[in-house]
Amino acid sequence: MIALLIRDLRLALRAGGGFGLGLAFFLIVTVLVPFSVGPQQALLGSIAAGVLWLGALLACLLSLDRLLALDYEDGTLDLLLTAPLPLEAVVSIKALAHWLTTGLPLVLAAPVLGVLLNLPGGGFFWLVVSLALGTPALSVIGTFGAALTVGIKRGGLLLSLLVLPLYVPTLIFGAEAARRGAAGLDPQTPVLMLAGITFATIALMPFASAAVLRMGLR
Amino acid sequence: MALLVSDLSLARGGVPVLTGLNFRLEPGRALILRGPNGSGKTTLLRTIAGLQPPLEGQISGAEDRIAYAAHADGLKAMLSVAENLAFWAQVFGNSDISPALDAYALHPLRNRLAGTLSAGQKRRLGLSRLMVTGRPIWVLDEPTVSLDSDAVRLFADAVRGHLSAGGSALMATHIDLGLDADVLDIAPFRAASTSRVGASDEAFL
Repeated sequence: MIALLIRDLRLALRAGGGFGLGLAFFLIVTVLVPFSVGPQQALLGSIAAGVLWLGALLACLLSLDRLLALDYEDGTLDLLLTAPLPLEAVVSIKALAHWLTTGLPLVLAAPVLGVLLNLPGGGFFWLVVSLALGTPALSVIGTFGAALTVGIKRGGLLLSLLVLPLYVPTLIFGAEAARRGAAGLDPQTPVLMLAGITFATIALMPFASAAVLRMGLR
Repeated sequence: MALLVSDLSLARGGVPVLTGLNFRLEPGRALILRGPNGSGKTTLLRTIAGLQPPLEGQISGAEDRIAYAAHADGLKAMLSVAENLAFWAQVFGNSDISPALDAYALHPLRNRLAGTLSAGQKRRLGLSRLMVTGRPIWVLDEPTVSLDSDAVRLFADAVRGHLSAGGSALMATHIDLGLDADVLDIAPFRAASTSRVGASDEAFL
């Protein structure tokens, strides 16, 4: 399992691996928002948390279609199925590798980009906390979507349509936690809801992903 | 422990392709499948490897003992030869890749990226993966595609070594490897189906 994680991280970091794709997209979106909204600091400050959360969510979505499709195309997935690793572990490791190469950089970049959007000082901590709690759910749910569309040529559109509704609860509670933090309110309730969603998806989604993958490869 | 296949019926894309198939593969033996294109060789090998369920019948002695090699080699273009092989060795709980590199003369290529290899070299790397799995039954689908005559000899030697160590091999191939192997022609087991629409090998090409 460690070998699979190391291989996925190594592939992501090498040329053409797609590391930085999500990060660059996140950067572009947040840099462009002030230009489109206009130089109204109060307005920017009040929408900053929501914009950052939306940007992070879309950036996560961007690299999902390569998550399993590349391994399917070159036959790795078939060979992994005959290997002594349980498929649930394979999809969990894949989701973890996706989070480490996409979600984690977004969490780390978000406070820097928060400055560009005039995020109020108290919001930085809760922005980072909510993203750190929420982005693992995005990766795990995304892996499920990738497993559903694995055999389909250019399944990226279908994948986005399937995954986006599943992302809504995470977005609502994540952005709400960040917004309350920025507005100086108590963010405890949305943070707990977000943590609940994340841990439930981490616990349950790998089984769903493995099940659809087994069906899809037949 | 022998691989035993009894009364096996298989479907591909929902259409039955083979029916009533029986054979037995003893340790130390090789069995070569023959049959025209589309007769169900790949479907049979995938079923034995556990990648799809049979319609009917039993396969015994296959669980966790199969090393499968198909048309796609499962290589990553941006990893080196040694990294690709070491990954598969670790997945199967082994660490020593040098016997596999030796057997297919891959030592000079070990630090090259797999993406820069020729088709035949990639195939050699894909076949060397079988040796790091440590699994006793090799299930091979057209293993000699794009290999030159020297590489075919390397492959035949590797199979002979595997058989003499008590392993067994089941392969679909059209060329003579000079192995002391049994041959099973699967054409007579073709399922009596009125319509074979959708049963092409399209997805496998």
